[in-house]
Amino acid sequence: MSNDGLPLIYVFHFYLFGIIAVASALAFVTRKSPVAAVLWLVNTMFSLAAMYVLLDAHFIGAIQVLVYAGAIMVVFLFVIMLLNLGDASSEGDARGMGWKLAAGLVGLALLAQVFALTRVRVPEALALPHNALADEVAATGAIAPIAGPLFREYLLAFEMTSVLLLAAVVGAVVLGKRRERTHAR
Amino acid sequence: MLAESLFFSAVLFTIGVVGVLTRRNAIIVFMCVELMLNAVNLTFVAFAQVYGAAGQVFVFFVMTVAAAEAAVGLAIIIALFRHRQTVDLSNINLLKG
Repeated sequence: MSNDGLPLIYVFHFYLFGIIAVASALAFVTRKSPVAAVLWLVNTMFSLAAMYVLLDAHFIGAIQVLVYAGAIMVVFLFVIMLLNLGDASSEGDARGMGWKLAAGLVGLALLAQVFALTRVRVPEALALPHNALADEVAATGAIAPIAGPLFREYLLAFEMTSVLLLAAVVGAVVLGKRRERTHAR
Repeated sequence: MLAESLFFSAVLFTIGVVGVLTRRNAIIVFMCVELMLNAVNLTFVAFAQVYGAAGQVFVFFVMTVAAAEAAVGLAIIIALFRHRQTVDLSNINLLKG
């Protein structure tokens, strides 16, 4: 897809938020303190939410802020403070120099592979008409384009997520429960 | 903006992978996995703009799985911390040959 017909301000904001996301992710990986790492990752997620909005996924952008930046990251922060891991001790350290180099090489190789994948040609017939999603959002609102498929084609998967969440809740409670000394089995 | 989204997504995913490989704090490794999930979500949203909104439904499911994974994974980390008093992965090597 080329940028034909897109306003310059749109392209500028897309690149701006993309660069903020990548820079925050780099800061997140290199921070020693876990609390600082969480805050940088929250910044990445906010930038990603802005990119979702620019890509006509307004509902997903809102969910990203609410669920990812709001709920999941707060749980991470909560656990870090609960376990009192906030100080940048040796636990935050990366491994030795050889490990860093090896990981960098693996990262470069992976990046090359993913870039090779992005060059795959998708048949043009699969693409929707130009700006179809934006027109649909303008006509029916931001939620209808997701809610339609979610409650028709993917209804079974949607119901299965409730089972998944129930299993996760039960599993978290069982794992987090303090073991009693007496084995009451 | 498909090509640009795929570019940013690939870079974010690679940063997540390198973080998993280099960090030894279990919680930060776990957050790197979340970063990788987010990078894939960006790909889904970018493709959804061109090929139909079903991609956004998948983002919805990925977020659900990520929430469940965060709950269970953090419970495991808390149980591990209770057992070993550390979340340093170099000290947790029970399954290492």
